[in-house]
Amino acid sequence: MTATNGPGATLAVRDLSIAFGRQKPVVRGLDLDLAPGQRLGIIGESGSGKTVTALAIMGLLPENARVSGSIRLDGRELVGLSDRALSRLRGDQMGMIFQEPMTALDPTMTAGRQVAEVFRLHRDRDAGRARAAVLEVLGAVGFDDPERIADSYPHQLSGGQRQRVVTAMALVNRPDLVICDEPTTALDVTVQATVLRVLDEVLDAVGASCLFISHDLAVVSQICSDVVVMLDGEVVERGTADQVFNEPRHPYAAGLVATARLDLLEPGTRLPTVADHVRRDR
Amino acid sequence: MSLYEVENLTRVYSSGPRRVVALDDVSLTVERGQRLGIVGESGSGKSTLIRLMASLDRPTSGEVRFDGRVVSGVPERRLGFLRASVQLVLQDPRSSLNPRMNVGDIVAEPLRSPIIRRERGDLDPRARVAEVLDAVGLPVDAARRYPHEFSGGQRQRIAIARALAPSPEVLIADEAVSALDVSVRAQVLNLLMGLVDELGLTLLFVSHDLAVVRHVCPDAVVMQAGRIVEAGPTQRLFSEPEHPYTARLVAAIPAFRARP
Repeated sequence: MTATNGPGATLAVRDLSIAFGRQKPVVRGLDLDLAPGQRLGIIGESGSGKTVTALAIMGLLPENARVSGSIRLDGRELVGLSDRALSRLRGDQMGMIFQEPMTALDPTMTAGRQVAEVFRLHRDRDAGRARAAVLEVLGAVGFDDPERIADSYPHQLSGGQRQRVVTAMALVNRPDLVICDEPTTALDVTVQATVLRVLDEVLDAVGASCLFISHDLAVVSQICSDVVVMLDGEVVERGTADQVFNEPRHPYAAGLVATARLDLLEPGTRLPTVADHVRRDR
Repeated sequence: MSLYEVENLTRVYSSGPRRVVALDDVSLTVERGQRLGIVGESGSGKSTLIRLMASLDRPTSGEVRFDGRVVSGVPERRLGFLRASVQLVLQDPRSSLNPRMNVGDIVAEPLRSPIIRRERGDLDPRARVAEVLDAVGLPVDAARRYPHEFSGGQRQRIAIARALAPSPEVLIADEAVSALDVSVRAQVLNLLMGLVDELGLTLLFVSHDLAVVRHVCPDAVVMQAGRIVEAGPTQRLFSEPEHPYTARLVAAIPAFRARP
């Protein structure tokens, strides 16, 4: 991966460690770099520390988390920043898309009002200008009828439509960084295809960098130019998506990629496992 | 005679004036030893279909025959042969395994059912538990432990051991590997395919994941909105889908692609 830890980096994470209470760290000595417009995928199994890393960057870790190291967004240190200061960044410089759109949306508010709130909170109180921004961003995430979607409540929308509304909320303020954590995991495969296409387009249109977390390696390969592989809280491999998915170097990364690449196997044959590549005691 | 014969099966759920046709005139046969994939997205009717095939629910109309005997709409006490012969492995072993029972009791539970005992005779539950735990690659002392002491993949092995306990002919796996990490998924699939081969089981493999179905099942049916829209050899469904929905489904599978 191109190291871009100069002043121009969107995100620079240095020696990040995270532990909960008195337990041993769940993330250890993590370094990440994201240049403007760059898209970095984090892959790894449950418990590898992907989501905790994302939560740390967003400042959403629970009270008992102990964080050390440095997280810089556009050059500004986030570790140690107050909740108030962080909440001013979230939704503005930093957009977020999580797995479950139904919990990210308020069921009592129309989709349009929820997107508008993000805009009015950070950008412009004016209701008319907010409405215009909402319709524009709903159009950008692929809705042909933004007016109708804006006036719908979440329960009136399908799962894929909801996730596009969440995508619109994440991008309405044209953030520098969008963090996606398993954004299509709860969706059917045809819906997933639409949501990924839309995400790809709006990230390009806005020029945002993206940190994309998924257990689905093929999905990551569709969105990301670069990939890191996490194992037990540490990065064991980093490189371009092309390199990691085609010529992984670390034995664990090689195992993970091999198990995921059903497309390369003769049907009915034994699947390669991580244990074929590396011995782990878990 | 086919092992399973499903004829014009329809299931309508109604609450008040609302009617939902979950399954719409579905017919299907399953041969002994076949590995059949049932593919579709949420709401396509795949779970309703297997619930009816396992006689866990009654059809609104139509019939299911197993080994020549009607099983749809038959009272539970006369379903012993089906209960002994057809076992299920479900998606989430966290919710399908009773957390208060130790693994030995969980696995032995099907053997305690009076209607299964009538079919299979009195098996020695302890010996059988040891046998099936070994078959799924768990240590014998696992029997004394509780589900929460195991990882997700191990819990799914426990669920498979329980399904195997009454020596069934048919295994129905409903999204059995969908909640697992890819590396664990590979291990569980290897185990499942190995057991199906070794024991000569018939496998009904329900999944939303076409790539997995292609790997596990030589044949598959594609469901959409309560109907089977296409059936055939899985390879053919992939390479030359005839129904536009199958084509859409195949095209939507995320492929590995290298970005510049």
